[in-house]
Amino acid sequence: MRTIEAEEITKAVARLCKETNYNLGQDVIRAYKESLAAEESEVAQEILEQLIQNAEIAQEKEVPICQDTGMAVVFLELGQDVNIVGDDVTAAVNEGVKKGYQEGYLRKSVVSDPLIERKNTEDNTPAVIHTTIVPGDELKITVAPKGFGSENMSQMKMFNPTAGAEKVKDFVVQVVEEAGPNPCPPIVVGVGVGGTLDKAALLAKKSLLRDIGEHNSDPKYKSLEEEILNAVNETGVGPQGLGGKTTALAVNIEEYPTHIAGLPVVVNINCHVARHKTVVL
Amino acid sequence: MAEIKLETPVTESEIRNLKAGDKIKLSGVVYTARDAAHERLIEALNQGRDLPFDMQGAALYYVGPAPAKPGEVIGSAGPTTSYRMDPFTPQLLKNGLKIMIGKGNRNQKVMDTMKEEGAVYLAATGGAAALISERIKEMKVIAYPDLGTEAVRKLRVKNLPLVCVIDSTGKNLYNR
Ligand code: SF4
Repeated sequence: MRTIEAEEITKAVARLCKETNYNLGQDVIRAYKESLAAEESEVAQEILEQLIQNAEIAQEKEVPICQDTGMAVVFLELGQDVNIVGDDVTAAVNEGVKKGYQEGYLRKSVVSDPLIERKNTEDNTPAVIHTTIVPGDELKITVAPKGFGSENMSQMKMFNPTAGAEKVKDFVVQVVEEAGPNPCPPIVVGVGVGGTLDKAALLAKKSLLRDIGEHNSDPKYKSLEEEILNAVNETGVGPQGLGGKTTALAVNIEEYPTHIAGLPVVVNINCHVARHKTVVL
Repeated sequence: MAEIKLETPVTESEIRNLKAGDKIKLSGVVYTARDAAHERLIEALNQGRDLPFDMQGAALYYVGPAPAKPGEVIGSAGPTTSYRMDPFTPQLLKNGLKIMIGKGNRNQKVMDTMKEEGAVYLAATGGAAALISERIKEMKVIAYPDLGTEAVRKLRVKNLPLVCVIDSTGKNLYNR
């Protein structure tokens, strides 16, 4: 049994909240540059140039890449041989979010009651926390702040079991076209296929934790990802919906076994501010 | 493609000259308002009260900035999605609003009123919030401070990079 102090979790989460909001991954910046080289439209080029410059400014000045610093989504992979002392895990994570968003001058965008009162909690808590218990004696923490311009453009559909890959592809393209400029394209498209309704949503969200360029390990799904990415980019939506070749930087699919009678599909849209970072305690 | 330098407040003829697809560098005073502030502006108009700023020829930016770090004018300040403002917009256009800055599509009623009144909708780059905040030289909360990030702010901007998406003839770059 290994012991981890809850305070260590708080510190790590606070640091990740700040770092993900200030420092865009090199994978995303590389993807911007590749897209810039491929774009022919002047407006599309101008926008991609702005995004590259924006990422540099944010990193250098330690200010948020985007003013929507998101709702904090936190993934925990907790080793079953870990004993956490000092506080409960949920409280420790939320304390970290509070600390990170306050110290980091990040925008507080969370309301307590979603439907009736909608009162800002003023510290961006609570986080959305997904915990998995895994073998071992380590705790892996991933923080992925999620902006809602893109979250709002996500959709789900319960397909017939025999619908096939082509129908799923059409659905993803439709979701992207309907979203148009709203999710701040270029976007990253997360697709969860299989399981139950809730599982498919979680798979879609998890697929957004990949670096750009990282594919599904199954070659069949990898080629489907590439095929859908091409189709999405052929829509011509382009950067900020103003036309161009770069509508998405990546399409990521995660799959899971499902019931004989169904085929749940969730499309979770992320913007180009594809924020996520992991530490292992 | 034209790159146009524009200074607020603007006249109707300046606005009528802008075309969808123009790249614009905007300077001068810009006011901020999001959902809650729009609600209050409309309420003031309906009750015959004065608006907190002069709407004639004004530019309105849909933004809820991040908190400013010590020593900074403003925190990161990129555009929010505009369609949520659509129900309130026609009335503001009728009261002189000439430039709207945000991201994403507008509804037909907004576009029709823009045509009638002579107004434009300009897109700021969603997510380029740190870059945009560097172009904001002064910031002052002038109304509804209780709304926090959603309070109405008076900004002085210099060369804010924008693209004209919907012009005063109704041409819309989103519907290519
Ligand atoms: S969708 Fe992304 S880039 Fe656009 S405003 Fe939201 S967080 Fe920022």
